[in-house]
Amino acid sequence: MWRWLHPYAKPEATFALTQKLIPWFALPGIILVLVSLVWGLAFAPPDYQQGESYRIIFVHVPSAMWAMGFYVGMAIMGVIALVWQIRTAELAILAIAPVGAVLTFISLFTGAIWGQPMWGTWWVWDARLTAQLILLFLYLGVMALYVAFEDERAGAKAASILAIVGVINIPIIHYSVYWWNTLHQKSTVTRAITRLEAPSIAPEMLWPLLVSILAMLLVSIVLVLMRLNNEILRREIHRPWALAELGITLDSSAKAHNDAEKKNVEKKGGADAV
Amino acid sequence: MNPRRKKRLIMTSSILVGAAFATGLVLYALSQNIDLFYTPTEIVEGKGDAEIKPEVGQRLRVGGLVVPGSVRREGSGLTVSFNLIDVGPAEITVEYEGILPDLFREGQGIVAQGILTDANRIAASEVLAKHDEEYMPPALAEALKGIQHVPPSQQNNSSDYNQGYNQGYNNNEAAEESSGGGYDR
Repeated sequence: MWRWLHPYAKPEATFALTQKLIPWFALPGIILVLVSLVWGLAFAPPDYQQGESYRIIFVHVPSAMWAMGFYVGMAIMGVIALVWQIRTAELAILAIAPVGAVLTFISLFTGAIWGQPMWGTWWVWDARLTAQLILLFLYLGVMALYVAFEDERAGAKAASILAIVGVINIPIIHYSVYWWNTLHQKSTVTRAITRLEAPSIAPEMLWPLLVSILAMLLVSIVLVLMRLNNEILRREIHRPWALAELGITLDSSAKAHNDAEKKNVEKKGGADAV
Repeated sequence: MNPRRKKRLIMTSSILVGAAFATGLVLYALSQNIDLFYTPTEIVEGKGDAEIKPEVGQRLRVGGLVVPGSVRREGSGLTVSFNLIDVGPAEITVEYEGILPDLFREGQGIVAQGILTDANRIAASEVLAKHDEEYMPPALAEALKGIQHVPPSQQNNSSDYNQGYNQGYNNNEAAEESSGGGYDR
């Protein structure tokens, strides 16, 4: 496996791979988002208790689930960055963190607008909601630590450590509704994995929910890969392969030509100098 | 694996294990304070191994199921009182003046925040509804649980709240089979 993975320590190999992968995630992702939203919002039956209001589940559950999933992914990248000191893994942390933070925010926001009509409150400091809020702060902390150092590698190291330590919060979020009494109800879908109980949701609601979970995953992966590619390009912009990728030819004569033209434009003081 | 990587891997794992251990101890120490609410049994019989009972005048939350038949409305105002129960036999009476959440029903899980005015009586300032993790269409719920859902928009006015609870998801259907309703959990 190591022999197979090793080439991707090289940023350009990762770049080429993700560039190839993005369309394979993007197209099914967009289609499944549309399918799950139409299926969930228009065709799934209303709930016996909550009527139509429960339909926000098709956004709330996928975003909350992948907010945690991407955090685990980020922590794994943190371990790789610390132990094997692979540059691409450091950049992956930078790519994942904002996407995960947005997913966490979506889950908190949709939870609040779901809680207001059903529970009667936007927010309550119960264990589940508080732990999810801490997850948002962890993501923001990783992003802030990464750029808080003069030396970027040092920042990446600090951010990796925070990402790894913060992974403790993930089981706390999941089990908070079992360990303590909370206003938030217990797990509906993931308990199939963590507690080996059948999902407590009717099949005609479960299927669109599973599709929306898959759709959210694919779209988030696309965003992470696109961010990763941008970060790789930004760090490698001086390398020949990156310039070739961007369609810039920098043989010496062309460079001289460019410079001369630039000087001319500056002399004229043209506003259209780009 | 070369020795330097091995050392770093051991360092990283020990940081994680150490932090997890510390967090575990903190959560264990705080475990009873992280609970959002007391159950009626915990208020009457005391909470935890030490069986600590909350004092009269203490501000707290209580969570339990609304005892069917215990909902009383006073006059035509917003004042309402009901009993909460968990595993029984302890019951807590909640008095509340205000608008109840849409999900408030007999048999529903409720979390009420307020001041303990007597050993088993709470003057609530906020009543929140708790729902379970089960989602199903109304027809299936009726077949499985015998619960008939009344959307808030179709709910009758407060004076005959209890009849309104027994009516069906659709008022027309309910007229034909009003005896089939009721809560049997």
